Amino acid sequence: MSGKRPTTRKEIGDVAMGFDDDAGSAGIVRTRHVTFDRPGQELPLEGGGVLAPFTLAYETYGSLNERRDNAILVTHALSGNAHVAGRHDVADKRPGWWDMLIGPGKGLDTDRYFVICANVIGGCGGSTGPSSVDPATGRPFGTDFPMITIKDMVNAQVRLLDHLGVDKLLAAVGGSMGGMQVLELAVSHPDRTHLCVPMATAARQPTMAIAFNEVGRQAIMADPDWQGGHYYGGRSPAKGLSVARMVGHITYLSDEAMEEKFGRRLQDIHDYTFTFSADFEVESYLRYQGLSFTNRFDANTYLYITRALDYFDLTRRHGTLVKAFEAVKARFLVMGFSSDWLHPPYQLKEIVSALRATQRHVSYYEVESHFGHDAFLLEREKMEGIIAAFLSSGSKSYHR
Amino acid sequence: MTRRIDHELIEGLVPEGATVLDLACGEGDLLDKLITRKHVHGSGVEIDQSAVEKCVARGLSVFHGDLDAGLADFSDQSHDIVILSLSLQQLRRPRMIVREMVRVGRLAIVSFPNFAHWIPRAYLALRGRMPMSRDLPYQWWDTPNIHLCTITDFRSLCRAEGLCIEHTFYLASLDKDPPARLAVPNLTARIAVFAVSRC
Repeated sequence: MSGKRPTTRKEIGDVAMGFDDDAGSAGIVRTRHVTFDRPGQELPLEGGGVLAPFTLAYETYGSLNERRDNAILVTHALSGNAHVAGRHDVADKRPGWWDMLIGPGKGLDTDRYFVICANVIGGCGGSTGPSSVDPATGRPFGTDFPMITIKDMVNAQVRLLDHLGVDKLLAAVGGSMGGMQVLELAVSHPDRTHLCVPMATAARQPTMAIAFNEVGRQAIMADPDWQGGHYYGGRSPAKGLSVARMVGHITYLSDEAMEEKFGRRLQDIHDYTFTFSADFEVESYLRYQGLSFTNRFDANTYLYITRALDYFDLTRRHGTLVKAFEAVKARFLVMGFSSDWLHPPYQLKEIVSALRATQRHVSYYEVESHFGHDAFLLEREKMEGIIAAFLSSGSKSYHR
Repeated sequence: MTRRIDHELIEGLVPEGATVLDLACGEGDLLDKLITRKHVHGSGVEIDQSAVEKCVARGLSVFHGDLDAGLADFSDQSHDIVILSLSLQQLRRPRMIVREMVRVGRLAIVSFPNFAHWIPRAYLALRGRMPMSRDLPYQWWDTPNIHLCTITDFRSLCRAEGLCIEHTFYLASLDKDPPARLAVPNLTARIAVFAVSRC
């Protein structure tokens, strides 16, 4: 990386390209917002009630072709947002959260595909969520925000597809909670996508994940600054959110990854301090992760989204997973990660077996990795080829 | 492309539109032929990740998995035909996989190199070393072929498992038409193709 080189910017739609030292980058991108406030655009919610008006924050990369058959929706995980690739300005140190896979010549090749990513409703990345102003009161919703589900998130994104003029996606791609959205889209809106790539996910939130989420929620709600969810304008429950994030973070790693990354190494000291300060590197790391998370994430959103995750269960609505998949038309590439203990490969294989039982076109691919659940955000080289192959062969069979 | 007589014979056993599972499908050559020519509903199982990627690139449905772990992800009698082409000898538990094949499919087609062919027999007898040939091009210390068998051996496995042998083909070559009938196949056949089912 040479920072001295002059940066040339060439606007192509939303995207500026041409970093000499950043080959494959989606370039400079910006987050856009669309508000659905016209009659008929209300969002009926699975748990009752409606959300209206509502706003979605989204980013797009590449361009929609004339046949409108090259759009890919990327759905984000618990702590994600619309900023999936590229940078917001030249000084931006951190690219989007899946920049490794999205850009010119990458797995999701923005020279070929029109990539869309939106912040989910209930989120805190620009879409309507508990920190948004409730039009009824003029104050932030807090816990007056209605409970939302994965299905509601997907329905909101379908509105965005309508807004962007995308009748049918080439593909929907996402990991973890993003994978749940991909499954939900395939089940609830079978005509809206030709391909589906769910990864590191499950057709129903596993018990252990509910358990960890509950610990996180309890940590937030036990923070006196939480104030029943109406803390906006005052101190936010940073301590609680930070503990929630620490717990979550452990579930994204693996025994092997932690041993390798931290071992029992001490942080900047040569011997134990015989105190409760962060002697171990792993403690220091978790504290840092927890704290930095509070700067960019809203505690109520954490509560709402983990709840949405916990409620996700495709078998509940349909009886069995096979029945749930009867409506599905999409072709699937399901991806598991060997050391993921939040969503172990067997949970992905359950999806594959049920799709196979309904005679759907499905492939399963398991990435060998020691990074645990986080592998889907890290293992670029092991994921890129198979995803690119699936998209490329799948685009040949695209039909409306 | 060179002819694959074994593939042609397998193709002849597959009915139009059948549901086919090809174990150790590699890059999907056989599956591709069966889909194109027999319009089968086909999918494969393959352990090698770059081979899986090739399958996906040609639009095939493939399951990335290890046959030594069995076929737990496939339900009973869910396929018309389950194929294991020239890979039986590379598996740790060949008996288990044959049993799994007839559980998952109505007809199991297994092909394998015949270790009792006269070339490996002569090689071992005359040189006193583990046979190497076109079909078995490996040194003993790095061969993936850990469970080589003969035609007579496979028949005895079928008997032990209570399987009916529906069809057999004995090939003296992979790319030339087989003679109408090979005399003493266990001595003259390089490759054997068996189609078996639960009796």
